[in-house]
Amino acid sequence: MITRLKDKELKRQSRRQLLKLAPVAVLGVFAFPKVSDRLVAAGVHFSDWASGEMFRSQHRAQTFADSEVVPFAKFPYNGYDVLDPEVDLEKWRLMVEGDVQHPGEYTLAQIQALPKVSQNTRHVCVEGWDVVGSFGGARVSDFLKLVGANTGAHFVEVECADDYYESIDMASALHPQSLMCYEMYGAPLDRMHGAPLRLQMPTKLGYKQAKYLTVVRVTNVLKAGKTGYWEDQGYSWFGGL
Amino acid sequence: MSKEEQDQEHQEEQHAEKRDTVPPSEPDPVDEPVKESCAVEITEVKAEAVAEPALAQSVANLDEPAAEGSALVRAAYEHPLPIRLTHWVNAISLFVMVTSGLRIFRAFPSFGPKIPEKILLDIPKSLTLGGWLGGALQWHFTFMWFFVASGVFYLAYQVCSGHYRTVLFTPTDIPGVWPMARHYFFFGPKPPVAGQYNPLQKLAYTSSVAFGALSLLTGIVLYKPAQFSWLAFLFGGFHLTRIWHFAAMCGFLAFIPGHLIMVLLHGWSNFFSMLSGWKREPEYQE
Repeated sequence: MITRLKDKELKRQSRRQLLKLAPVAVLGVFAFPKVSDRLVAAGVHFSDWASGEMFRSQHRAQTFADSEVVPFAKFPYNGYDVLDPEVDLEKWRLMVEGDVQHPGEYTLAQIQALPKVSQNTRHVCVEGWDVVGSFGGARVSDFLKLVGANTGAHFVEVECADDYYESIDMASALHPQSLMCYEMYGAPLDRMHGAPLRLQMPTKLGYKQAKYLTVVRVTNVLKAGKTGYWEDQGYSWFGGL
Repeated sequence: MSKEEQDQEHQEEQHAEKRDTVPPSEPDPVDEPVKESCAVEITEVKAEAVAEPALAQSVANLDEPAAEGSALVRAAYEHPLPIRLTHWVNAISLFVMVTSGLRIFRAFPSFGPKIPEKILLDIPKSLTLGGWLGGALQWHFTFMWFFVASGVFYLAYQVCSGHYRTVLFTPTDIPGVWPMARHYFFFGPKPPVAGQYNPLQKLAYTSSVAFGALSLLTGIVLYKPAQFSWLAFLFGGFHLTRIWHFAAMCGFLAFIPGHLIMVLLHGWSNFFSMLSGWKREPEYQE
């Protein structure tokens, strides 16, 4: 709508309206790397909180028919450091610590004695690729029951033979599709996919699904700067799908 | 100073204060300042003002005896504050989302399988933000909130205020698109200017909102494909959704250069109106 007003008045109105935009200038702090580094880390923290809130503990990720699974040869090997930390499979034991009634060493046979779950699910990498694979193992929730874990605790931490480490929120650990995985494509996990035992969770990104497990710890506190190998460098801690 | 003089001065001060406190944005930002200050003069001289600017000036002068620059200027309060705020927050967010998004895409620059990986595009690092995948994700996961908040607030304002009528592309605008495009891109004759936005502008602005909605919905799927599996299904699965998300960005990348060139071509007054709301001497009549 056209208005006619004095030049001076127009200038005054324009100036006043311009000043009202000042709040936008606050975003300018993102131009300073020292500040923005912390702000975007806080942004991810907020997004992780929102992700935790929207996580539905009983909602299952999509599963696929055997015909939709990619051939084993097309399932990528991905490691952060070495692809084969040369675990001595004969002597391997899983150390269980923390807020559990039965801490100590567990054998693979004890884990394999738990009800076995086989599932064809999508493995999503933070890089953007995804692949549908076939996995088998025991539910993390069953294993936590076996060791008498306090499932009211907040976190499950794991350590790995290749010095990788991770931590998972308890709700995701207890998800019915979260596995202590010892099989892929119906065969024992091969060395480069994390033998003898890895996490497999279709509700988490690949980097959360640690391979070559050696330690499982149930805890209420995560050490700052020791929440996960990639997370400590800036990846989202929740990493949920 | 005599009492009368003091009173007069006091009245003038009050008058000035009154004008100062006029809220220019609500409820009708265009009319308010005029009603309060010089509406009387304008309604009387409106007809003559165009033909006889001198008369308008002399009438206006009665109000402020020593005023300078008191000639009447045609102006329009084109962009209400919520539009300007969301425009700039959105512009900054979009810049961050696109540049960090390109950095994320660099981590797996393909839409095919991981094995074998066919690199589709090698995006120069200089066009990207974040330094590495993790850094880019931090920017992306921070500014997605600003992007969505500004978009949702913008739409809510447009709908509630009815302001959307000036900018929403409707079927009646279709015949006007080609003449405008011909004028801009092929130096055709300039179609008559009817309102604040021409059909091509309406098309551009309306489709950029559609690109925003598409980036949001596909972004939700890529971020939480397990929680929003039904939405992934709507877009044809996780894999295809990643392509849609990229396509939405391409939509923005098609819009932005055209938008910026038009801003450059239309000069300072037009650009400044997105900062101050007011446009001096608009091209259109009412």
